[in-house]
Amino acid sequence: MTQPILKVTGLKKHFPVSTGGVFSKGKGVVKAVDGVDLEIFPGQTIGLVGESGCGKTTVGRTVLKLYEPTAGTIEFNGEDITNLTPKQMKPRRSQMQMIFQDPFASLNPRQTVGTLIGNTFDIQKITPQGGKVEEIQRLMKRVGLNPEHINRYPHEFSGGQRQRIGVARAIALKPKLIVADEPVSALDVSIQAQVVNLLEDLQEEFNLSYLFVAHDLSVVQHISDRVVVMYLGKVMEDADKKDLFLNPRHPYTKALLSAVPVPDPKIGRARERIILQGDLPSPVNPPAGCVFNTRCWKAQDKCRTEVPELVQIQPGHKIACHFPEPASA
Amino acid sequence: MLKYLVRRISATLVVLTLISMSVFLIFDVLPMDPARLTCGKACSPAVVEANRHRLGLDVPVQVQYGRWVKGLFVGRTYGEGQAEFTCPAPAFGYSFNRHECVTDLLKRAFPVTLSLAIGAFFLWLFVGVSLGIVAARFKNRWPDRASNVFVLVGTSLPTFISGILILLFVALKFGFVNPIDLGKWVSPFENPLGWINTFIFPWITLALAYAATYTRFTRSNVIETSSEDYIRTARAKGLSEKVILRKHTLRAALAPIVTLAGLDFAGLLGGAIITEGIFNLPGLGRLSIRAVLNDYDLPIIVATTMLAATFLVVMNLLVDILYAYIDPRVRVA
Amino acid sequence: MSAFLEVKNLTVSFPTEDGLVQASNDISFSVDRGETLAVVGESGSGKSVTSLAIMGLHNRQTTNINGSAVLNLESGPIDVISAPEEQVRRLRGKAMSMIFQDPMSALHPYYSIGDQLSEAWRLYNKGDKKAGFKRATEMLELVGIPDASKRVKEFPHQFSGGMRQRVMIAMALINNPALLIADEPTTALDVTVQSQILQLLKDMQKEFNMAVILITHDLGVVAEVADRVNVMYAGKIVEQGVADGIYYKPDHPYTIGLLNSIPRVDQLEGKRLIAIPGQPPSLINLPQGCSFRKRCTFADQVADNLCATIAPSLDMKENAHFSRCHLTEKQLVAARGGK
Repeated sequence: MTQPILKVTGLKKHFPVSTGGVFSKGKGVVKAVDGVDLEIFPGQTIGLVGESGCGKTTVGRTVLKLYEPTAGTIEFNGEDITNLTPKQMKPRRSQMQMIFQDPFASLNPRQTVGTLIGNTFDIQKITPQGGKVEEIQRLMKRVGLNPEHINRYPHEFSGGQRQRIGVARAIALKPKLIVADEPVSALDVSIQAQVVNLLEDLQEEFNLSYLFVAHDLSVVQHISDRVVVMYLGKVMEDADKKDLFLNPRHPYTKALLSAVPVPDPKIGRARERIILQGDLPSPVNPPAGCVFNTRCWKAQDKCRTEVPELVQIQPGHKIACHFPEPASA
Repeated sequence: MLKYLVRRISATLVVLTLISMSVFLIFDVLPMDPARLTCGKACSPAVVEANRHRLGLDVPVQVQYGRWVKGLFVGRTYGEGQAEFTCPAPAFGYSFNRHECVTDLLKRAFPVTLSLAIGAFFLWLFVGVSLGIVAARFKNRWPDRASNVFVLVGTSLPTFISGILILLFVALKFGFVNPIDLGKWVSPFENPLGWINTFIFPWITLALAYAATYTRFTRSNVIETSSEDYIRTARAKGLSEKVILRKHTLRAALAPIVTLAGLDFAGLLGGAIITEGIFNLPGLGRLSIRAVLNDYDLPIIVATTMLAATFLVVMNLLVDILYAYIDPRVRVA
Repeated sequence: MSAFLEVKNLTVSFPTEDGLVQASNDISFSVDRGETLAVVGESGSGKSVTSLAIMGLHNRQTTNINGSAVLNLESGPIDVISAPEEQVRRLRGKAMSMIFQDPMSALHPYYSIGDQLSEAWRLYNKGDKKAGFKRATEMLELVGIPDASKRVKEFPHQFSGGMRQRVMIAMALINNPALLIADEPTTALDVTVQSQILQLLKDMQKEFNMAVILITHDLGVVAEVADRVNVMYAGKIVEQGVADGIYYKPDHPYTIGLLNSIPRVDQLEGKRLIAIPGQPPSLINLPQGCSFRKRCTFADQVADNLCATIAPSLDMKENAHFSRCHLTEKQLVAARGGK
């Protein structure tokens, strides 16, 4: 088997927070990411899903070392990059890029598209073959933008086009890994498919690996090879896409999947739905034991005291649960 | 809540101590010698040294500071022999120029400044906030434009010009004020009308400058709040525009004004130098400016500086406490 | 017997410096009590603008509104478009209510939940603040907020997003409205909370026998709750019909395109999505002819360049199913992929 492009072991990222209002002073720690393992192979897409506050975005940023990890190791292309300084990281950054959620906020409004994409070459001090402008225009064309618009500013583009600019910038240095953080959730439905298709085409063309962070399970299901489900900073389930969607073994995954609406009235009406009670607990003060126990319909005393380990229950399928759902046929 | 108060108050005390130390240090390093200023043209070094001793400036600055702090709590005796004066606690110092305890000077000047500040405060708050609300409600229509003219005039006209104009062309010209009585202190408890007569023009002068800022601030806050989702919710409930403005928009739009107003008011309590000067009001501002310009009266300068700083720090604390009552999000759950 | 709400030829436009924004154009539909009408469309399709017009929440000075929206109340019909503003205000929160997308910002941060609910109740009922709080507590219990008698005294920031949306629903329903407009009520919520809120809306609709207009961009949500659907594009209704008809036999290339372009959690083949090319048009200076023409892959099949010259009207294709398209039934079958 080939070597993974990204291997993350026991990753933790804790943020200090002050709790309470004016009349009290408290210091706490948000365990945004609390022990996450990931492996991404070349050309593979890992979908990272979960609800708000589950830590999926933090994982995405920490593996790129945009945040310093609290614990754990990050190996990129076989090299341990956990403790590299920003300066040491710089040459490696061309290999790992990011696409952001908000195409309105992530592009400097005072720079032209040409500058925005060209910056990536300047930072790495690379002069592309055939000239910079030509390369920028080639990239623009590749992502479906009109190369003649090289001197336009971000506000002259629609949301979908801006996300294409973000994609062009990300692929400019021919990276091996792209972390895509909710890349389509700010876009209109009819535009989402355009960007998803673009990402898939580029993956095929450049043998890219994606860490695809999103809350929309339909999109994740479509684009991913493997899916990792997170809840309150921990991995609940990690499995091959088909395995996970057809045969979810963790109660949370099962509930999450059943909550996703399907654009088909007959299926929608007939489907059995597991409606979870209550809300997500605060990540500042997560429940003891299994973090999901407060909303789990199967929770027992053991779940409230003992943290379940993430274990393999069948080849390529890991879950962290004391009482897994039975495997279906 | 109690814990918070204790913490904030002790922090405030620390800040005040630090301020008083810095004030002492600043005046110590300034290239001014109060002792040298005390004697006239023909001055022998011996006289200067004697005066220095009399002023208490012949000891290191930390000792001066220690004596000053002690005086605050137990009172203090200044000078010696025949020229010995005792001021009871709290003693801020003794002015040898005026031959009076600084505390007594402050006691006389403070009511003047307080009167000036309170009247001006309510006047500008009322004018500024109401104009701001009107301007916001009639955004881009004539009331808004008219209030904008007021804002421009108020912000661009310095007090020393508006004050003189008001004094010369309104107060004196129409005989509202007798020039001989200008700035004469009248207690509001003995003669309320006389008090108002003394202060009405200074109030207008001060309020003009401040009200403009408040108009602009209120206008933009009300407009901003009006586009909040919860105002749309209030409208969707079926509330009338009047109730929406009064209960929903203003509550949120005016909350930040508490902070602004508190600090502005505290700033004025330290003395409004220009306005007091123009209208001949014997307040803290005039006391300190004279102490600086005329005779470099260090005890007065230190005392007024300290007082102004104290007002600001204490008001800051009050504003924070008040804000927690206005905005439940600041309160602890 | 006419439906509770009947909207006819409703047109909303805003004059701006750049020109007239045709936010919604020639909208006609009706919705009766006990029925859920979903309005689907992308941003700028005019779906929210229409409902704000029905609620009378547009500034009449800066908005041009034409057409009619008649509420058939027990006391007689009222056209909320032409009725005096004060009369429409007295219908808001009583005959018709609305909930919004972002429950985080839709509640006043300085007033307690009880204050805000009882304010809505006391507007139309005689009773003191205590009675208002009692009614508020009942409503909070009804929408499933645990420990309601304690939480009624709390402030919005002490509630989670899902709980706040429950509070919004409780407030909207406190005077038993006949019509509830829900504008993207679950878009800001997590998917597990979304299913709670959708279930709650269904339960409340039964409880109060309301007409519900659900505005959303999510075709999955629509499939779950809608009886009938309006599909909107560039300010117009392009297709209108019962939910099953819209999903299984769509009669407009835009609807067909939307259904093809969304990935489905229940389809694991990983087929490439069929995206709709291009962008929605600007609502200022809409192109002549069909607004969807430039993104439509079938426009060239229509004879005489009709799509570029004549805007199609909303015609009945079959029983109670309307579509705004020049394509013939045979061409549509082909567009649907033979269905």
